[in-house]
Amino acid sequence: MLLINCPWCGPRDEIEFNCGGEAHIARPADPAALSDAEWAEYLFMRKNLKGLHYERWHHSYGCRQWFNAARDTVTHEIHATYKMGETPPVVAGADGIVKGSSS
Amino acid sequence: MVLKPPPRLGGYPLKRTMQTYSIRSLARNARAFHENWSEAWRSPEPKPAYDVIIIGGGGHGLATAHYLAKNHRINNVVVLEKGWIGGGNTGRNTTVVRSNYLWDESAALYEKSLQLYEGLSQELNYNVMLSQRGLMLLCHSQHELHDAHRRAHAMRLNGIDSEFIDRENVLRMVPFLDGSPTARYPLCGGLLQRRGGIARHDAVAWGFARSADAFGVDIIQNCEVTGIRRDATGKVVGVDTTRGAIDAPKVAIVVAGHTSVLAAMAGIRLPIHSHPLQALVSEPIKPMLNVVVNSTQVHVYVSQSDKGELVMGAALDRFQSYGQRGSLPIIEDQMAAIVRLFPIVSRLKMLRQWAGIVDICPDASPIIGKTSVEGLYINGGWGTGGFKATPASGFCFAHTIAKDQPHPLTAPFNLDRFSGGRLIDETAAAAIAH
Repeated sequence: MLLINCPWCGPRDEIEFNCGGEAHIARPADPAALSDAEWAEYLFMRKNLKGLHYERWHHSYGCRQWFNAARDTVTHEIHATYKMGETPPVVAGADGIVKGSSS
Repeated sequence: MVLKPPPRLGGYPLKRTMQTYSIRSLARNARAFHENWSEAWRSPEPKPAYDVIIIGGGGHGLATAHYLAKNHRINNVVVLEKGWIGGGNTGRNTTVVRSNYLWDESAALYEKSLQLYEGLSQELNYNVMLSQRGLMLLCHSQHELHDAHRRAHAMRLNGIDSEFIDRENVLRMVPFLDGSPTARYPLCGGLLQRRGGIARHDAVAWGFARSADAFGVDIIQNCEVTGIRRDATGKVVGVDTTRGAIDAPKVAIVVAGHTSVLAAMAGIRLPIHSHPLQALVSEPIKPMLNVVVNSTQVHVYVSQSDKGELVMGAALDRFQSYGQRGSLPIIEDQMAAIVRLFPIVSRLKMLRQWAGIVDICPDASPIIGKTSVEGLYINGGWGTGGFKATPASGFCFAHTIAKDQPHPLTAPFNLDRFSGGRLIDETAAAAIAH
């Protein structure tokens, strides 16, 4: 069971939240100018990292605000949560993909 | 190194050298107190080079190896498995086989798989314990009724058995369902595929492994791939592993929950999210359920194993994970649902719980085929229902690798469909909440 620190409400149980997937994907400035492959890249392709993952969460059954979290997708440890628009925090010792893990 | 083409059309199939299981061999070994059974497959040292490297020793990878040798006469093949064969999602699913899909592309693929399952024990000389006990999707609302009728008709147009069952007959077939007027989830009817059912998941992996091995395929366990090597032109030339480098002109990624991680080694991005999908089993009880029951609306599916345990699965965990363990809220939802559907099980104790990591595509359909990297093939993204597809997946993927072109059945499931807008949306037929 995760205890998630909503930047607006403080620590709350995971059942109040929904995960919105990878964060910091910028919408293309001029979508009409993109090729089909570039649009698919924006719309569908994801890093799906093993290890540190920056992702969006929604406090669906609380304040209903979106925010971001830096979470490990192997241990599920949440290193930080931060408001939309803020710079993603640097997490020491985490490089995205955890190699040689047992799972 | 170039793959040798098969010697000639109509050439003799490769020989399979293995100790055949039969009533005669059982009797012979019984007389020797069962001390002379040979190993079902070898544990060889990896050779420095092969024609094909298959990354992933689950059901799909082993089936691919089996069909490469059997149908395409390619047996200079190695299957590399990080842990032990069948220890990933092959050993973690709820063993359901069915082909009740809506769209033509999926129906053709999963029906091929079910047909291969129906002859698999004979083909592999290994009992996969296929039990076509029927699979019932429950409808709890008018909307679901309409959808079930639509799906039943679509399946029948594709030549797949499918029946709509009314409320009274659902209760006759599944007598312990709560069919009372005050039931929490009103029962409106069911969609039945009689040829659906369950099979022994371990036996599917072991049977394919034993057959592939007998054809000459090397199965290397406890050997993790750490990198995919490419030459200056970008073409695949082999892999790095925890047991040294292995060369091959063709490398196939068949790794279920780690497809994105392996593809990233070759610089390929995929439209995949990896999530835990969990299951659990109860203590064994007397026979109470002789079909597989699935309620998509309340997120639970259940069958009774030969030992008497109720085997149950539920919705996906909500966040991405590679952790191979499920979260508690899903278990709570699942238990709440099963107790409301089958009030008789409310005092039942649960024995074991586990999770596998499933790769979900945006349209809940798999990705099978070639990639932008020459010599690299991907078979993944099977999401919540890979087990049922195991034989057809291997059958078609072996064709793709051997001929370097997609099999007609899996051609629609290429990676290009995401840029071409030809998604095969099976989110509903996947039968698990996404």
